This record gives sequence, C-alpha cells and structure tokens, in this order.
Amino acid sequence: MFYIYCPYCGEHREEEEFHPKGQAHIERPKDPEACSDEAWGDYLFFRDNPRGVHHELWVHAVGCRKFFNVTRHTVTYEILETYKMGEQPSITADAQGQPREAVAASRQEGVRA
Amino acid sequence: MSNAATFDTRTDSAIPVESPLAYSYRRSGAPAAGPESRVTLRERALLGQLVLRGGAIVLDEAVREVLGLGLPGEPQGLVQDERGERSIQWLSPDEWLVIVPGGEEFELETRLRERLGDAHYAISDVSGGQTLLELEGEAARELLMKTVIYDVHPSHFPVGRGVTTVFAKATAIVRRPSEERWELVVRRSFADYCYRWLLDAGEEYAIGVVR
Ligand SMILES: [Zn+2]
Repeated sequence: MFYIYCPYCGEHREEEEFHPKGQAHIERPKDPEACSDEAWGDYLFFRDNPRGVHHELWVHAVGCRKFFNVTRHTVTYEILETYKMGEQPSITADAQGQPREAVAASRQEGVRA
Repeated sequence: MSNAATFDTRTDSAIPVESPLAYSYRRSGAPAAGPESRVTLRERALLGQLVLRGGAIVLDEAVREVLGLGLPGEPQGLVQDERGERSIQWLSPDEWLVIVPGGEEFELETRLRERLGDAHYAISDVSGGQTLLELEGEAARELLMKTVIYDVHPSHFPVGRGVTTVFAKATAIVRRPSEERWELVVRRSFADYCYRWLLDAGEEYAIGVVR
C-alpha cells in the first residue's frame, strides 16, 4: 500500500486513485503572438528531467478530481510534500531543503553517469 | 432567476421507467434474504440526485433556506435530515451531491436557481446517471473490505462520512449514513457490474437482495 496526501481531501489516499500529469509550474507565455519560436517551443515541448527534487502535477482522479502539486525525489521516489494549485513549494532543489543522504546519492550517481 | 435552460425529466408519468438494476434482476436473479444472510443488498431506485457546484458560502446559504440542511463543513462529510431521506455529501472543495426522494429534484433545482439568482454556480440533475445501493448486516463491512481500496474500519470511517473511491476497479461513492447501514452510489453504466460483483463477493455471507 502506498499513500499520497491529497491537499484538497485533507487525508492520505491510496496511490491507485491518483494520476501523474507531468511537470508542474509551467506557465503559458502571456502573449503567444509576440513570443519567439524558441520560447513557444520551450513551453510546448521541453520539460525538466532532474535527478533529485522535481515538482510535478498530479490529479486525484478517483476522489475529488482536483489537480495539485507534488514535490518528489526522482532518485528515492520519496514524496517530500504536496500542495494546492497556485501555491509555491516549500522544498526546492537547492541543497538546503534536500534530504542529506539524497544529496550525497545524487553526487555519486552524477560522477558515475 | 438565472437564464439557464432547465427541464423536468419526469413530466410524463405514462412513460414506464426502469431502475438501473432491472436488467440485472432479470439476467442474474436476486437471491432472497434468509435467516442465514449476514448481509443484505437493497436498491433505492430512482431517487432525485443533484450535483451542486460553486462557492461553499453562497451554496450553503441557499440549501439551508431551500432544503433546511447545511453543507457538510468538512471534506468527506455527509449530512442528512432527521428521517434520513435527504442528504448532502461533500465531493470536492466546490462540489456536493444532494440526494432527495424521487420526484423532488426538479422543484428543488428550480427553487435553488431562484434563490441563487446571478451567483456563480452550477446545478446538474444526475438522477438518471446513477443509483443508490444499500448494504446492511454484520458482514457489510467485510464485504466492502474485499471491494474498495479505502479503509472502512469504524475508526477511519465513522458515521457521517462519504468518499469517492475505487470499487472493484470501477468507481463508486461509499457512504455511511448510520451505524448499521452503508450506501453505495454507482454509475448507471457500472450498476450491473457492481451488482454482480456484490452477489459474487457476498456469496460467502449468504447475501440476500431485498426488493
Ligand atoms: Zn482529493
């Protein structure tokens, strides 16, 4: 059993009720007509693929059906926090908010890769 | 009054209506409940069901005035009137399910629309899209434990709670209006599957269907 905390339901729910929806905090260019091809291409096609802390969009598909954000560690798969739409993460990739063993692990992996 | 187009889905009583389980009773039968039955299943067919969407404060004032029942204050909350005939359940932060006796839903919808005026809200009559099943008996919880992924232990699922969750790989609403009774709200298109699942899973408890 693997539980995820839904910030809208206010409780942990079974993973089976959720779906991941890719990277979070992607902002649509304010004026698509005026933005460069590169900026538009970045917005449409390019996504981060970090080794470590990643902010993702998830949906509580069988449940309240709300989208929300998840801060997840891509090496340990640990979910560090979940938060509502429109909010900012309290844990980010800079080492301060990162679990110590995860920092060490990602450095080692980095050398080998 | 808003300018939303509404219509009463039950204007002509000459048209025969069938519960979502009518086909299932014919095809799969309905084992009678006996003294050895540790769980019974009963469909409360053709109830009035409305989904309300909008801000909690505005909707709460409206349903208090029109229905005499406030919105549940907490997520997963379920409130009902004294006789247990009318209920409101939290579905999501801006969405509630209202269940009333069959035939009341259009008048309720109309009165809510009059009361809500130009407020930002939506009311959908979903009466035809889902049906309510009741499970009663000492083995009801055991049957649910085999069926839903949500923890239905009384310490986690007290009376007055309702959740939308995975029900035997389908989706259903599971609610607990009283100590001895559980309710399932299933989609019409899943009703036959859920019914047959319950008969199969309930066989070891000598499940009986009350009609
Ligand atoms: Zn939720």
